[in-house]
Amino acid sequence: MTDPTTVTFASLEQRQDRIIGVLTGTRRSDRLRKTREAIIVAVLFLAALVSIATTIGIIYTLGIETYNFFRRVSIIDFLTDTQWTPLFTEKHFGIWPLLVGTLIVSTIAMAVSLPLGLLAAIGLAEYAPPRLARVIKPILEVLAGIPTVVYGYFALLFVTPLLQRFIPQLEVFNALSAGLVMGIMILPLVASLSEDAMRAVPQSLREGAYALGATRLEVVWRVVVPSSLSGIVAAFILAVSRAVGETMIVAIAMGQVPRLTFNPLVAMEAMTAYIVQVSLGDTPHGTLEYQTIFAVGTTLFVITMALNLLSYRFLKRFREVYE
Amino acid sequence: MTVATRDERYIKEPTEPRALRIERLSVWYGVHQAIREVSFTIPARRITALIGPSGCGKSTLLRALNRMHDLTPEARVEGSVWWGEIDLYAPSTDPVWVRRHIGMIFQKPNPFPKSIFDNVAFGLRVNGYRGDIAARVEEALRKAALWDEVKDKLQKNALTLSGGQQQRLCIARAIALGPQILLMDEPCSALDPIATMRIEDLMRELAHTYTIVIVTHNMQQASRVSHYTAFLLADEDGTGELIEYAATRELFLRPRDRRTEDYITGRIG
Repeated sequence: MTDPTTVTFASLEQRQDRIIGVLTGTRRSDRLRKTREAIIVAVLFLAALVSIATTIGIIYTLGIETYNFFRRVSIIDFLTDTQWTPLFTEKHFGIWPLLVGTLIVSTIAMAVSLPLGLLAAIGLAEYAPPRLARVIKPILEVLAGIPTVVYGYFALLFVTPLLQRFIPQLEVFNALSAGLVMGIMILPLVASLSEDAMRAVPQSLREGAYALGATRLEVVWRVVVPSSLSGIVAAFILAVSRAVGETMIVAIAMGQVPRLTFNPLVAMEAMTAYIVQVSLGDTPHGTLEYQTIFAVGTTLFVITMALNLLSYRFLKRFREVYE
Repeated sequence: MTVATRDERYIKEPTEPRALRIERLSVWYGVHQAIREVSFTIPARRITALIGPSGCGKSTLLRALNRMHDLTPEARVEGSVWWGEIDLYAPSTDPVWVRRHIGMIFQKPNPFPKSIFDNVAFGLRVNGYRGDIAARVEEALRKAALWDEVKDKLQKNALTLSGGQQQRLCIARAIALGPQILLMDEPCSALDPIATMRIEDLMRELAHTYTIVIVTHNMQQASRVSHYTAFLLADEDGTGELIEYAATRELFLRPRDRRTEDYITGRIG
């Protein structure tokens, strides 16, 4: 057996050549490297281009079909009519029933996820020992990984029957259970983003407050939460935008009855659920009914886009404070 | 000149009225002992400086004086700190109560991202102060020599102030609570020389009313402002011990322990 530390002269020379080659670099290998760099840059650029192109494509399709829709239906009717019956013989194109449906279910979802998410974030960031937080956070994030169709049937087959024991007039399809379950679904998002914002508050601020005789609760509510408020608000807005765009839960558990009501105990229809309803049916391409889903889609797109921009602005303000 | 053994140290206690009596104080971080059995007396309405090289435990000692270590789960404190008849480390002593009466100024100015006014009012509000908050805020800002610079912009965010102003705001914030003792952890290390000078002037002024304990890296600062100086040094294990304690003039002019002399003449640290 040869000792691995002994090296023959030949191999030593080879190695030396290689080292010198690397250090001096021949022109050929230089050019090769440049070509390789160029290819990598091009591939990365293409990857970026795909997502941009997709976005542009979506906006283009939405825009064209929405334009076609509004050539046949006046935008004033769309914004002022209180009935939405494009699939009936007597057609009305008022967006309000769908918009209100979406707003109701999102409001219920936020009423669940805001307080619970904020409390979970405070617990994780300020109270839980670091080791416990490291265990709990992934568990909470598992909630975010559950397919939304599961949440939908959970709302329809478990939450609604449960609630019907206490609220007998609750219909099988209703905004209440859909909203509650949606709130649980977006809870991890709120908790995780708010916790990040709270952890970004410098430890020195907490110590400063403790040194002034503040209790833990006062440190949390008077220093940590206010100092991370823009981050928390950004998390809330992102969660709202997620709730507004959520499809499966509302399609399954909330119903497909586009009526203008503020009663969460009865069936209604959210914007996303309407889009699903029409695209699953046999509505012919190019008809007015077909175009309605693009008008609704554009409305949805404008709302979530505005929310995301708003959230981005809050986050930017938040970063300015501590960097 | 000799090195004192553990039992006979060069500790010359002040004869003036005392503010705090530190008795065999030890602090551990997990298994690491940061300071070992420190005992000495801090005189009232005087400035006492804690000096020593990095890692000698001087900040650890300072933070033990208002129970800040309670906030670090792995820290453990043994021994006593007597404030009059009260042992700050007795089981019946509430750490929140301790911190209300013993204020602390940190190395880096740490104003809250709130208005100047709200920063100073913070301590009053969390402690349920029922008097005239505005008057108390003004008084504190005047004592901290900041009033003239901020009186027209009390509602502006404190983070818009300069570093030196922020540090004086933090002093005002601590003073507003009417503490008897102020602990300062290298309060000037993040400031420029002019801001440092202003803080030192302020400290001399405050020493008429308050007992001040200051940790400093800067020996000139210790000799300029303090009345008493404690010199700490870490042993091979990184555990800090009190080597020498005396009136500042005495300690700097006639150090009795060789290690003190080495440090103040710049041979170690």
